[in-house]
Amino acid sequence: MIEVINPGFYSTVQDQGRYGFAHLGVPFSGAMDKASANLANNIVGNNYHEAVIELTIIGGVFRFGCETVISISGADMKPVLNEIPVSLNKRITVKKNDILKFSVAQTGCRTYLAVAGGIQSPKILSSRSMFLPVTHCSKLNRGDMLSIKSFEQTPTKYFSKIKNLDFTKNELQTYPGPEFENLSSHQKKLLEATKFTISNLNNRMGYQLNELIENNVNPIITSAVLPGTVQLTPGGKLIVLMRDAQTTGGYPRVLQLSDDAINLLAQKKTSDLVSFSIIKQNQT
Amino acid sequence: MGRFNLVYKPFGNQAILVEWPKKIDAEIQEDVWFFKNLIKEFSVKSKLEVIAAYNSITIIYKSTIDNVYSEISVLKSLYKGENSVVVRDRKLWEVPVCYHPDLAPDLYSLSASKNLTLEHIESLHTGSKYTVSFIGFLPGFLYLSGLNDLLYTPRKSSPAKQITAGSVAIGDRQTGIYPMNSPGGWQIIGNSPLNFFDVNAKNPCFAAPGDGIKFVSVSIEEHREIKRQVADKAYLINYQISND
Repeated sequence: MIEVINPGFYSTVQDQGRYGFAHLGVPFSGAMDKASANLANNIVGNNYHEAVIELTIIGGVFRFGCETVISISGADMKPVLNEIPVSLNKRITVKKNDILKFSVAQTGCRTYLAVAGGIQSPKILSSRSMFLPVTHCSKLNRGDMLSIKSFEQTPTKYFSKIKNLDFTKNELQTYPGPEFENLSSHQKKLLEATKFTISNLNNRMGYQLNELIENNVNPIITSAVLPGTVQLTPGGKLIVLMRDAQTTGGYPRVLQLSDDAINLLAQKKTSDLVSFSIIKQNQT
Repeated sequence: MGRFNLVYKPFGNQAILVEWPKKIDAEIQEDVWFFKNLIKEFSVKSKLEVIAAYNSITIIYKSTIDNVYSEISVLKSLYKGENSVVVRDRKLWEVPVCYHPDLAPDLYSLSASKNLTLEHIESLHTGSKYTVSFIGFLPGFLYLSGLNDLLYTPRKSSPAKQITAGSVAIGDRQTGIYPMNSPGGWQIIGNSPLNFFDVNAKNPCFAAPGDGIKFVSVSIEEHREIKRQVADKAYLINYQISND
């Protein structure tokens, strides 16, 4: 068991996401920064589809009910185990009643806590990712008890070579979206040349950007949107949809982020700057 | 079959978007469903999701598409081929809706802007038989086509922060029902006491694309009573088979 003593600002259980239900309007969900979640899983020897805990901006406090092996990846929230600092991207052995505390993210925004064998919260519609109303709660609450597998000594000889993930980059690799060609050449230029500021409206569903792109593009007939779709609203605002995004929308889809760019954006917070770099792609 | 000229576009590097002519039209909708069923039946490998809407299908692949042109040509020949698919029975569901202004925050403004009385709006809205075009936006949000053109209303320019679960709304030429509390930009004209997304049910959404919806006006008291029965799992939604 892991006891949630303090959930922090916004903590959830996430795996790779919920697939096969988008036709019912169910979002994909899944770890916002999959690269960091996969890294944390990898270090403890988990398969990448095991569930991890995702912490946002301010981490929480967790008590372990049994001995196990953990690892922490993503944003550095200055984790301490029984008040002693522990490193990111390392296998850490924890004992029964050990207390793991996180503070505020130094660089980046989201931190992933992986436990050997994965978090065993219930699978609903084939995923453990928390999303209301599919799961009972949208996030972890004080006093929640999360099942984990009993620890089996895994060989400690192997190690992962860690390529440090760089959250200071701010260029997002994107593809032209389905309605990109409806933009004027001036609008296209602005999209690539503008340094966009992340507004305070940013969460697992989407990130709004502050700077406006003058918009005269007609709305579209409601059609699918994906995590990473950049919508242009009638008011000229750009919304980058993230992992919990709705499945369909009616705003023009001007850009589509690569998966790496979604991971990078997931590590950005309010007031951070980002820019778009458009990968040219032919259409038929 | 292949009756329309479709446009195939890459949608990022893991999805392909197929588009029909840009309109909401029953014939196009049938063709979208036909192609969706073909894709699901005959080419499932490496595909994660097929999201059909009014005039589009988005096919999401498990990983990066190596050669988008060869994938597109696979889809094109599937569409042009002579395959057929079995269709399930279609149902016509009776959905109770209360059109009382207490449950419909945008009813008065709509009445003023359209120059229609509340009663007229209600009778126009209950007077049509709608078709579930697709489910999207939120889990269980039914996009319904067949709205009387007198009720066409643009979406709000900025979305309302909190729309109540069950709200029956108009957005452009569509009508739909918010299955849960959420922000939203459509105009709210009523509320249905039914549950439109039940994760514990075998089918989390009772209605499926292709099904019909008929709205039946209920009083605010009846609404309260049906809501109670729904919470107790004692309410059976009326439907009939309609394969017309």
